[in-house]
Amino acid sequence: MSTAATMAPAPAPAVLLRRPGTQPDAGGPPAVVLRGLRKHFDDVKAVDGLDLEIRTDECFGLLGPNGAGKTTTIEIIVGLQEPTAGEVRVLGRTWGRGDRSLRARVGVSLQETRLPERLTVIEVLRLFRSFYPSGRAPADVMEEVGLGDKARTWTVKLSGGQRQRLALGCALVGDPDLLVLDEPTTGLDPQARLHIGDTIRSYRQRGRTVLVSTHYMEEAQRLCDRVAVVDHGKVIALGSPPELIATLGGEQVVEFALGDAALPDVDLEALPEVRGLRHTGRTLLLATTDARVTLPALLDLTRARGLRLESLATRQATLEDVFVALTGRRLRDE
Amino acid sequence: MSSPLFELWRYRLLEPLRWPETIFWTFLFPALLALALGIAFRQQQPDPAAVAVVAGPGAAELEQALRRDPTVKVTVLDAAAADRALRLGKVAIQVVPGTPLRYRFDPTRPESSLAHLTVDTAVQRGRGRTDPVATVADQVTARGARYIDFLVPGLLGFNLMGGGLWGLGWAITDARTHRLLKRFLATPMRRRDYLLGHMLGRLVFVPLEVVTLLVFSWLIFGVGLSGSPLTLAVVIIVGALSFAGLGTLLASRAQTLETMSGLINLCTMPMMLLSGVFFSTSRFPDFMQPFIRLLPLTALNDALRAIMGDGASLLAVAPQLLVLAGWGLLSFVLALRLFRWT
Ligand SMILES: Nc1ncnc2c1ncn2[C@@H]1O[C@H](COP(=O)(O)OP(=O)(O)OP(=O)(O)O)[C@@H](O)[C@H]1O
Ligand SMILES: [Mg+2]
Repeated sequence: MSTAATMAPAPAPAVLLRRPGTQPDAGGPPAVVLRGLRKHFDDVKAVDGLDLEIRTDECFGLLGPNGAGKTTTIEIIVGLQEPTAGEVRVLGRTWGRGDRSLRARVGVSLQETRLPERLTVIEVLRLFRSFYPSGRAPADVMEEVGLGDKARTWTVKLSGGQRQRLALGCALVGDPDLLVLDEPTTGLDPQARLHIGDTIRSYRQRGRTVLVSTHYMEEAQRLCDRVAVVDHGKVIALGSPPELIATLGGEQVVEFALGDAALPDVDLEALPEVRGLRHTGRTLLLATTDARVTLPALLDLTRARGLRLESLATRQATLEDVFVALTGRRLRDE
Repeated sequence: MSSPLFELWRYRLLEPLRWPETIFWTFLFPALLALALGIAFRQQQPDPAAVAVVAGPGAAELEQALRRDPTVKVTVLDAAAADRALRLGKVAIQVVPGTPLRYRFDPTRPESSLAHLTVDTAVQRGRGRTDPVATVADQVTARGARYIDFLVPGLLGFNLMGGGLWGLGWAITDARTHRLLKRFLATPMRRRDYLLGHMLGRLVFVPLEVVTLLVFSWLIFGVGLSGSPLTLAVVIIVGALSFAGLGTLLASRAQTLETMSGLINLCTMPMMLLSGVFFSTSRFPDFMQPFIRLLPLTALNDALRAIMGDGASLLAVAPQLLVLAGWGLLSFVLALRLFRWT
């Protein structure tokens, strides 16, 4: 029997509002568990022994360069590919039996999907909504992804960014517990990326889990509670963006190039406040705890040796620097 | 919320209808095809028999005699030219003057045998033969026995086959190459609903295609329907579903649109020739007949012809319906098993 008491407005669900990541062990089982995951295509080891645990209620980022194995990992997680070896648990279950009920709880946006070309935005959302036993009103989702004024536009006539937002809408329309997005913002301008970021954040306010792959570092830093840096099918770093940046030893970076000239590494490492030195191509990166101290010292050094700086910049350290520090390569070749 | 099957069916209708090409293939193409063939094979006086008289003594007299017969077209050629003309089929028969008069022709060519009879009669009558029996030839053209009456049901069947194989095969393969199938697989959508939605989508296009062709050939050529429209509709629906199933089966694995068109051509080309679209299946030797009769297009064409031309009942075309249903079911079940989403 329902009583007045049970019908009274519930107090704000504190559990949904807490900052994820501040309570590492909070809330039931992990949303996704990967153990010893491998996927081989003939002689290509796309995923090569990958272990991950994605907590319920967090936004988890998968970072890595082209060919790192992000898409393969994601498609295994959402049950589109079979792993060669390893264990996969999603929302406490495994793929292979009763998949329909599990699929109903996972929303996906894949890299490079072309939606039906001559359906309108609202028709596509309605089509996807019809597949789910429960979910959200297509019109609401359309508003949320910012396509309200495009309801009657064919998908071929949408811009790249609008199409990505529609793909995100298709992932949201089943109101999933786990949202998996493979490079939802690749190729978009900063404005469009911010919009997608906002949508992902508002989905998170409902206390769900997000797994997103990207090679935009600043985006991962802004959006994700934790990230895994993946390279050659393995996790090479795992943690929250500030934690990972802290491993560099310095929060700031001095980036410069000397042209064909060279300075011995020892001299550069001996500069004040320097915590690390990396080469990427012809560019040198100095991780420093205080660029205001390191920079004049660097200028003095080059002047004393009669060298000319080809370029010089200082900035805050990013996840990109973490990747460079770990692999000696840049994430994106631009 | 509406059912996935309904939404998938709607998607299968709306998308093609928004392509102008669909309108062409659905409405104009069948009509144009019927028009072209109807004109090419329109009823006309048979061509006169082309005869070469080989030059030599007596040739001129022979030519005179043959000229009097309007169903014969005579040319006088020297022996070498006459041989070449016979070889190339420019003339049906050579007449070599002399005693005895000599005819040279290839008996496997029907027009040559016919020319032999015509020319011989003209020659004999020219020399004064009188026929012992008086005869009169009444010329009649029976409606329903013309080539166009044979052709229209064949075209109808051919279109139903093309629509099923190309319509479904193309749509499914296209969705696979664009990874839309993979995206669908990531949802709780039932694969059965996806395939059924496509097949049911055909059921909306079929009446449009069929009615265009039938109305057109009725208006232009006076091709009628002797059987019941209901019986015809049943056969058309069963045929359309059968080919929709086959189209799905062909598309169940194809990775590229090129593979898909190859497979479809591999399927349609032999049936276009064997299944009596443009000419009767009776032209093929007896040992092939059981095989030919098991082809879905043969079954469909036979049933359509029986209903349109002879007014056959549903019971009379039951064997053909059985063949069609068998192909449809088998294909659909196999397609469900073989289907690849990526
Ligand atoms: N179906 C396949 N057959 C063969 N090799 C494959 C297949 N799929 C992926 N690979 C290979 O596996 C590796 C990982 O590919 P994957 O698509 O997972 O990378 P990614 O991290 O998503 O890259 P990107 O940032 O370019 O999307 C690549 O070397 C790729 O060539
Ligand atoms: Mg990828």
